[in-house]
Amino acid sequence: MIKVFTTIGNYVLLMQKVFSRPQKLRIFWNQLMTEINSLGLESLGIVAFISAFMGAVVSIQTAYNITSPLIPMSMVGFTVRQSVILEFSPTVISLILAGKVGSRIASEIGTMRVTEQIDALEIMGVNSANYLIFPKIVASILINPVLIVFSMWMGILGGWFAMVATGLTSTNDFVQGIRVDFMGYTIFYALTKTIFFAFIISSVSGFYGYITEGGALEVGRASTKAVVFSSVIIILFNLVLTQLLLT
Amino acid sequence: MIEARNINKSFGEHHVLKNVSCIFEKGKTNLIIGQSGSGKTVLMKCLVGLFEVDNGMVIYDDRNFTTMNFQERKILRQEIGMLFQGGALFDSMDVEENVMFPLNMFTSQSPEEKLERVNFVLNRVNLENVNQLMPSELSGGMRKRVAIARAIAMKPQYLFCDEPNSGLDPHTSGVIDHLIREITEEYEITTIVNTHDMNSVLSIGDSVAYIYKGELWWRGDKETILHTDNVELNEFVFGTELTSRLKR
Repeated sequence: MIKVFTTIGNYVLLMQKVFSRPQKLRIFWNQLMTEINSLGLESLGIVAFISAFMGAVVSIQTAYNITSPLIPMSMVGFTVRQSVILEFSPTVISLILAGKVGSRIASEIGTMRVTEQIDALEIMGVNSANYLIFPKIVASILINPVLIVFSMWMGILGGWFAMVATGLTSTNDFVQGIRVDFMGYTIFYALTKTIFFAFIISSVSGFYGYITEGGALEVGRASTKAVVFSSVIIILFNLVLTQLLLT
Repeated sequence: MIEARNINKSFGEHHVLKNVSCIFEKGKTNLIIGQSGSGKTVLMKCLVGLFEVDNGMVIYDDRNFTTMNFQERKILRQEIGMLFQGGALFDSMDVEENVMFPLNMFTSQSPEEKLERVNFVLNRVNLENVNQLMPSELSGGMRKRVAIARAIAMKPQYLFCDEPNSGLDPHTSGVIDHLIREITEEYEITTIVNTHDMNSVLSIGDSVAYIYKGELWWRGDKETILHTDNVELNEFVFGTELTSRLKR
């Protein structure tokens, strides 16, 4: 238990160092653009792939379970929309990003630590935590909502394609289901969660990378810890945020 | 001049540095030598502030580094250059960006001025046409030279070198040693070199401090080190087959 509180304390102390004014705004801007590209745009492929197949599976499963003639087939579109917007895109894709982006952040910073690159920054008088982690956090918070909106779109598109390809429902029914009882608040809810999750992924992974000590083995361990703890915290916050935002 | 005054440093129960006091003079190549695990790297990291000392003081030309806050240290650190064991070049940047990094961070020079300084320091370490190469494309000796170029880019007053010859062949080691010595004399800076390479000691050791089990065991220079009757130091100096044969 002491170890847990020590880790939380160290995380908070590191975040204090992270959230300070960058040394040079122009350098920060360049780093931000680089991170948006590497953490966000390079994830577009995997996000599109997973979202489309996820949407397709949800739509087929829903159609398969509609056996009563009293339930309209437009329910498939409705279910896909609700599932994708409320949960699959913000949470599942964030978990996928925790694996992809989190391990990348932890291993990149961890490698810099064990090869003394972070020490080199400190010797120069650079706030290494701010220089390395802050642009990643800001980039994640900016780009993850974009990825999640893209994921929603791909998920619904995948659901529609599965229905049309299998002939289980018509495009009209599907689109009607998507439109029925739509509430813009669900998008707000999803994006609020996404922003929290983006912060968790980048800051927790940055923390585990930054505190790495040792060699290649420890970098691997830091990377694993970053993914595991980011995922666990995302799951916990998912419950808390859902309770706060939907009730 | 850098002065270490009564420095103690422990990691848990392990007392690594025991009351170490030492003066490192300006314009000289000051060597810290000792066996692996003797505490010389910890001493250097205490001197540059990568480790906080448990008690004692580190003084840079009458400025007490130990009591400085983050902002004060930040200013002083712009006068410090450090060469790390593996070079510690930034993997994501090419040679030019690596050397230009401190200039970008701490100066308001124009791009042309910065490039001119980068080319000057790269030339100074005898490197040409390497600006666009990535660190992974460089040999061990070239990495060290780029690291030296980066360390001197800001015209430091203090230069720290942690095992500058590790992983290098004897010839390249000699080149790096002479480069460190030339830069020290040319810019009249205080240089501290951590090493266990006796070739370095004999070629550039203007001042030598021998650390043994965390204590400052002996002080002298490259001339006196071969004629001392200090048993532990003799074991270190003549510990190899080559040096023991030469002694006989």
